[in-house]
Amino acid sequence: MTDAARESVQAALEQDDRPRIVSHLNPPPSYDLGDHPVPTGREETWRFTPLKRLRGLLDGEASDARLTWDQSVPEGVTVRTISQAEARELGEIAPNDRPAALAAANSGGATLVDVPAEAEVDEPVIIRLHGESVDDLVWGHLVLRFGHHSKATVVLVHTGSARYCAITTVLAGEGSQVNVLSLQDWDDDAVHLGRDAIQVGRDASVRHTSVSFGGDLVRMHANVEYSGPGGEAELLGLYFADEGQHLEHRLFADHNAPKTKSNVLYKGALQGQGAHTVWIGNVLIRQVAEGIETYEENRNLVLTEGCQADSVPNLEIETGEIEGAGHASATARFDDEQLFYLRSRGVSDKEARRLVLHGFFQDLIRKVGVPEIEERLTATVEDELAKNVLKGYEPVPT
Amino acid sequence: MSTLEIKDLQVSVATDDGPKEILKGVTLTIGDGETHAIMGPNGSGKSTLAYSIAGHPKYDITGGEVLLDGEDVLAMSVDERARAGMFLAMQYPVEVPGVSVSNFLRTAKTALDGEAPKLRTWVKDVNAALEQLNLDPTFGTRSVNEGFSGGEKKRHEIAQLELLNPKVAILDETDSGLDIDALKIVSEGVNRFRAQPGKGVLLITHYTRILRYIQPDQVHVFVDGRIAEQGGPELAEQLEAEGYDKYIKASAAAHG
Ligand SMILES: Nc1ncnc2c1ncn2[C@@H]1O[C@H](COP(=O)(O)OP(=O)(O)O)[C@@H](O)[C@H]1O
Ligand SMILES: [Mg+2]
Repeated sequence: MTDAARESVQAALEQDDRPRIVSHLNPPPSYDLGDHPVPTGREETWRFTPLKRLRGLLDGEASDARLTWDQSVPEGVTVRTISQAEARELGEIAPNDRPAALAAANSGGATLVDVPAEAEVDEPVIIRLHGESVDDLVWGHLVLRFGHHSKATVVLVHTGSARYCAITTVLAGEGSQVNVLSLQDWDDDAVHLGRDAIQVGRDASVRHTSVSFGGDLVRMHANVEYSGPGGEAELLGLYFADEGQHLEHRLFADHNAPKTKSNVLYKGALQGQGAHTVWIGNVLIRQVAEGIETYEENRNLVLTEGCQADSVPNLEIETGEIEGAGHASATARFDDEQLFYLRSRGVSDKEARRLVLHGFFQDLIRKVGVPEIEERLTATVEDELAKNVLKGYEPVPT
Repeated sequence: MSTLEIKDLQVSVATDDGPKEILKGVTLTIGDGETHAIMGPNGSGKSTLAYSIAGHPKYDITGGEVLLDGEDVLAMSVDERARAGMFLAMQYPVEVPGVSVSNFLRTAKTALDGEAPKLRTWVKDVNAALEQLNLDPTFGTRSVNEGFSGGEKKRHEIAQLELLNPKVAILDETDSGLDIDALKIVSEGVNRFRAQPGKGVLLITHYTRILRYIQPDQVHVFVDGRIAEQGGPELAEQLEAEGYDKYIKASAAAHG
């Protein structure tokens, strides 16, 4: 445990030693819109989000616009439409904020991606979702179900533009090995509110990766809870905010079962006037959750003036009987020593910066574990670097 | 041909209490094809000399000159110095997470030559360099200096020396922290480099050990930011027997 984490463990225990049921960081889940009032922007969970730029999404207007859906589904996996009631019966995780509740209410039905028990599917399920225009208001509803002891990968790719608000549940059965990746590669004006919630079965291991490059405003939740002991979750994220973009990632690991693990790593880069990123890492260790391990880390690289990276790790602890808990959060500029080392080998200042950034992300991309997408991620990062980073950057002679 | 001339070099660093003078006028010339050793106690300014010549932004040059074949090194940017033929093997090589050794080497080679190396010969050269330094072939896929042992870091620096093949190499305590086998391997690498005509070496070390494998033409004793004594290889043997004490006392007496 890091010193910082030990202190926060101590503080959390001293602050309140009564058993609590409800985390103050995370409102109780509910389908009832009455439980999720329209935010004013002053709420803890909304204070970083520029509500005006949601373009009226929170009004909850009905709409039957859809994103175009292009899927590649390997044998053994089925994809079909189910009703909202069926989604709930399958054990969908209820909405934890207003956008998720609106998506559940307005979707008119969900798409179920179903991986049967014990199926081992090597090839990833790839679903490409494309929007035509930001004028389209689209409600999305997904359930990804992985049967017990199955092994599969699901990739969701978002491109084009829309005002898209979706609720997604990942149900990882006992002993399953699940890899889910959501790529937000939108056009400049898109708005995307997404809630991914993951139920990790007994002894299951789930990797969830959220990658946000495009969009005017993207706000993604990745929530994890456990339905038994021995479950492991790895939450990865990568984001690159350019001028004027707001990219927000909210994590919640709810250790509600003993001997569970969560490991979070999100890395982001920011450049350009008004680029804003938000990372919230909430971890709750409930009283029953003895012997758990959690570690969360967020690293931001600020490339120019005029950017803001907010990074808030929160650890709420109701038991002292834990294996390990720690967090790290750092927002930095380029490291002079790294640049000096590279330049001392003849590499120009600009190329050295490009290389450091490439490495910063490559370090995470390597962990994603979807070769088909790894290449695309690397290419997209390279494009971003070529196109935007260092634009107008004048090396300082030294 | 390559000659490195350091003339009355004065260097300070910024501290909370204002600038602190570290190099107090250093003069030495590494003639064509020569190897010079700089020996001195910890804190005497050896790394400061190395970093200042390489252009580390932390150090302020307050006086003097550095010329490589007559060209003003101090007027060049860090990468220009490397492209002019300078190389620094660092005492503490820097980690660059996510950048593989092969990517790093290829990028450096391309920058130095102004064009990408021919793929087939380059891969062969890299593998040969790694093998000669007893580095595993998978070394190329690892992130630069990340998780390397102390010995691996130093051997990686010498692999770079051989692949990038500069005119003048400054080796800052490349020997420290190496066991005898690694020391031999590293020394052989340096000797291969300097067996080529016209290559200069400035070998910075705290110990005499490495000088048994790399014979210097001249030895300079460095104390408190100055050269306190210089001579031939026999000076190293004398230091081995007597240590730095006499020079430290003399320096304190002369300069306070
Ligand atoms: N940033 C700094 N601030 C203050 N003192 C420094 C700084 N960098 C180096 N020094 C001082 O400069 C002196 C020389 O350091 P260095 O060149 O590293 O010596 P060596 O390599 O011979 O051990 C030491 O006394 C060291 O403490
Ligand atoms: Mg030193």
